[in-house]
Amino acid sequence: MDNKKRTLIQAAAAFLQNAHVTGFFTGKIYTGAGKNVCVPGLNCYSCPGALGACPVGSLQNALSAWKFRFPYYVLGLMVFFGAVFGRLVCGFLCPFGFLQELLFRIPSPRKLRTFRGDASLRYVKYAVLIIMVIILPMAHKFTPFYCKYLCPSGTLSGMLLSAADSRLRGLFGWIFTWKALVLTAVVLSSIVIFRPFCKYLCPLGAFYSLFNRASAVRLAVDSGKCTGCGACARVCDMAVNPAASPNHSECIRCGKCVSRCPHGALCFTVFSRPVGVRVPEVISPLDERPERDNK
Amino acid sequence: MERRRNILTAALMGAAVLLIAAGLVMGQNAQVLAKATRICLECIGIG
Repeated sequence: MDNKKRTLIQAAAAFLQNAHVTGFFTGKIYTGAGKNVCVPGLNCYSCPGALGACPVGSLQNALSAWKFRFPYYVLGLMVFFGAVFGRLVCGFLCPFGFLQELLFRIPSPRKLRTFRGDASLRYVKYAVLIIMVIILPMAHKFTPFYCKYLCPSGTLSGMLLSAADSRLRGLFGWIFTWKALVLTAVVLSSIVIFRPFCKYLCPLGAFYSLFNRASAVRLAVDSGKCTGCGACARVCDMAVNPAASPNHSECIRCGKCVSRCPHGALCFTVFSRPVGVRVPEVISPLDERPERDNK
Repeated sequence: MERRRNILTAALMGAAVLLIAAGLVMGQNAQVLAKATRICLECIGIG
């Protein structure tokens, strides 16, 4: 699948999850039946356009309830999305991931594909998932720690709400200031680094990554066709080597490697059945990206 | 190997459906709805 088609799908997914357009003008969030269901990506339910519930926020809300009950419903939805798609949710359906990709298209003197410490930082999102999303809400009632202290999607929602309803602006305090700094850091780093929030901080990406090797949708490598040329690894923005590790936990299943492979050795599969007909691209020397890794 | 993986996938999907069903029977979707239809003050930086 070429990048233009993926961009269209991402835009459509972002719009469909935030199609309550009147909310952006009135400052009132959607309160209909759609919010019984969690959307697959990171999309704050306080976004004025949001039509569904955020899975991470809903999970914390369930865990921090006064009387703890196992969150069968929210966890079931998250496991379902993970079992079907794995991190394809990140690559195609998450509005916040899409926003970061759009920011990455802004020209800058430097684009970092990887850097010293990048591999270690990727584990931070698992700590965010375990500590901020699971343990702390269970320990402190009524406090969704990740939403309250870190989530930039919520901050963006707050800004959109306050743009439509000025009464909210007077209520913002130091927590908003802190979260605005986090959002600013994510926005600025997204210009230089591909999807920094997804790589280092997103608890939902961390959760879905656990399913990458076992999801219904997977990547497959035809070892008979693969020559080890490395074209797939060079094009991967998540710094994964798809030929060596086609369902790596960091792979967001964007499909760039599938499109780029000159030998047609990579393809998506659903329950091990190849999907889509792939004609290998003709690679011109101008398409080959120079190595810009800063190690 | 692939067959075992597909069985695991199917088992995960089945478990997910059971979890969702159990949650619906317990009315946990109403809890999700109740939270999602009020402005989350913590999420937007107020609470």
